[in-house]
Amino acid sequence: MTERVRRWGALYHAEHYLLVARAFLWTVLLNAIGTPLLYMVAMGVGLGSLLDAKGTTVDGVSYLVFVAPAIMVATSAQSAFGENTYTVMAGFKWQRTYYGPAATPMDPSQIAWGHQIGIAIRYLFQASMFWVIMVLFDAAPSVWSFLAIPVTVLTALAMGAPMQAYAATLDSEGAQFTTIQRFVVMPMFLFAGTFFALSSMPIYLQWIGWISPMWHGSQLARWASYGLAEPWWLRVVHVVYLAGLFLLGGTLAARTYRRRLWS
Amino acid sequence: MSTAPVIQARDLRKKYGDFTAVDGISFDVMPGESFGLLGPNGAGKSTTMRMIGGTLARSGGQLTINGLDPEENGPAVRAHLGVIPQQDNLDEDLRVRENLIMYGRYFGLTRSHLKEKSQELLEFAQLTEKADERVRELSGGMKRRLTIARGLVNDPKILLLDEPTTGLDPQARHTLWDRLFRLKEQGVTLIVTTHFMDEAEQLCDRLIVVDKGSIMAEGSPAQLIREYSTREVLELRFGSSRNEAVVDQLEQLAERIEVLPDRVLLYTADGEATLEKVTQAGLQPVTSLVRRSSLEDVFLRLTGRTLID
Repeated sequence: MTERVRRWGALYHAEHYLLVARAFLWTVLLNAIGTPLLYMVAMGVGLGSLLDAKGTTVDGVSYLVFVAPAIMVATSAQSAFGENTYTVMAGFKWQRTYYGPAATPMDPSQIAWGHQIGIAIRYLFQASMFWVIMVLFDAAPSVWSFLAIPVTVLTALAMGAPMQAYAATLDSEGAQFTTIQRFVVMPMFLFAGTFFALSSMPIYLQWIGWISPMWHGSQLARWASYGLAEPWWLRVVHVVYLAGLFLLGGTLAARTYRRRLWS
Repeated sequence: MSTAPVIQARDLRKKYGDFTAVDGISFDVMPGESFGLLGPNGAGKSTTMRMIGGTLARSGGQLTINGLDPEENGPAVRAHLGVIPQQDNLDEDLRVRENLIMYGRYFGLTRSHLKEKSQELLEFAQLTEKADERVRELSGGMKRRLTIARGLVNDPKILLLDEPTTGLDPQARHTLWDRLFRLKEQGVTLIVTTHFMDEAEQLCDRLIVVDKGSIMAEGSPAQLIREYSTREVLELRFGSSRNEAVVDQLEQLAERIEVLPDRVLLYTADGEATLEKVTQAGLQPVTSLVRRSSLEDVFLRLTGRTLID
C-alpha cells in the first residue's frame, strides 16, 4: 500500500484537485469557452478588422492571427495565478484540506506536485478549447498550431509554481495577492508583447517582457500558430526559461509544504 | 492477541526554541486499549498526538508505533493509523461520499474497494442519507462523525482522536461516544486527547493527566479518583465575597477543601453528612450540591487549577 502511494501519491492529489474542479464544472466550462469567444470577437471583428482595413499587419499576418496565440497563453497564465494563491491558502488555512492527506502515507511534497499536475490537466483542457475556437475563427493557420496547447500549459505552470511557493509561505492573506496581481501579473501581461510586438516598445520597458513567462510563452505559441520567425536558440531559451521557472517554483513549494505540514 | 504495546513512548520531548511543549513523557498503550491524555489547553496533548502520527519530529526520546519509529518509517506507520484532528479538515467543496473515497485514495486504495467501503462507513456514521450532499451543508456533529468515518477508511488498528467532541452539543457528543464504543468493541485501539473529564471517564480505560508537557498521574479513571480524591464532593456557594471568609470554619469539616472563585469544594466520604455538619455549624450556603468525585477533582488536586479556565 505504501509503495503504491510513494509512486503515485502526486497523482492522487491531482485527482483530488480535479474532483474539486468538477464541482465547479459550469464555471470552468463557461470560462474555457467564453473567454476565447469574447477575445476572438473583440480582436477579430473589433480591433482586428479596424487595423486590417488600414492594411496594417504585424509579422505579415492579420492582427487576429498575431494576437490569438498570445491571448491563449496569457489568459491561462493569469488564471493560473488564482489557482496557485487562493487555492493554496484554502489548503493551508481556510479549509486546511492539506492536513488530511498529510496524515496518510503521502509526503507533503507529493501534495505540492500533485497540485501542479492537476493544474496542468485543467489547463490542457482549457487550452484545447481555446485552440478549437481559434481554428474556428481562422486564427491558427499553421498545421502545427496545436503545439500552442502544450506551450500554454507550460506557461501556466511557469507562472503558477513560483506563486504556489510564495503562497505556501504565508500564514494569512493580507493584500499580498491583490498587490502581486496588480503590480506584477498585470504589467507582465500588458508589457509582454501580447497585443503588440515587444520590439515596438522602448528598450527600457522591454525587460518586463523578457522576465515575463507570458512573453516567452507567447513567442513560442506564435511560432507554432503561424510560424513566427525567430532564431532557433531563442526558442530554446523560451522553453528553458519556462521549464526552469516551473521546476524552481515547484521545488521550493514542495520544500515549504513539507516544512509546514510536518512541523 | 499480542500483548506487546502498540505504542511505546520513552522520555518523549518536543521543544520549540526555548519553549518545551512536551517534557519527557513515557507511556505504553496496549492493543485494543482506550488510552487518554487528559489536560488543559496547551498541555502538550496535541503535540504528542502529532509525534505519534508521524507528522511532527520529536526533539528527544524514543517512540515506536507497532514496533516502528514514525520518524524513520512515517508512511508505513501512517498507513495503519486513523487520525481525527482537533479541527475538521474535510473538503467542503466535495460531497460527503466523495470525501471518504478521496481520502481513501491517499492510502493507495482502489476506487472499486472504496465505493463499497464508503457505504459501510456512511452507515457507521449514520450519514447514509447525506451521502450526496455537500459537506458545507452538514451540521457540526455530522461533520465530526464524517471526519471519524474518514479516519476509518484504511481499517486502522489505532485511531488517534484529538479532542473529538470539542464544540459539539450534548446530544452530538453522546452519539459520537456511542460510535467510539463500537470501535473499541471491534478491537480498535483508541488514543484520545481531551480536556473534558466526563469524556475521559466515558471513553478511557486508562489515562495520563498531562500538564505543562509532563505527566502528573497515570491510571484508570477510577484508580485516579480513588488515589487523588475522596468518594464524594460537597460544593457550596456562599456568594463570591463570602467564600474566603468561611474557609476556617469549613476546614475542620472535610478531609480537604478547595476554594474556587465562585464556590468552595469540600472533599469527603459522605457529602450529605458533611452538609449536615455545615448547617449545624450555623453556616447558610446559598446553594449546595453533593456529587461523586471526578477527574476534574483529580486535576485540581494535582495542579491546583481547573481543567477549563
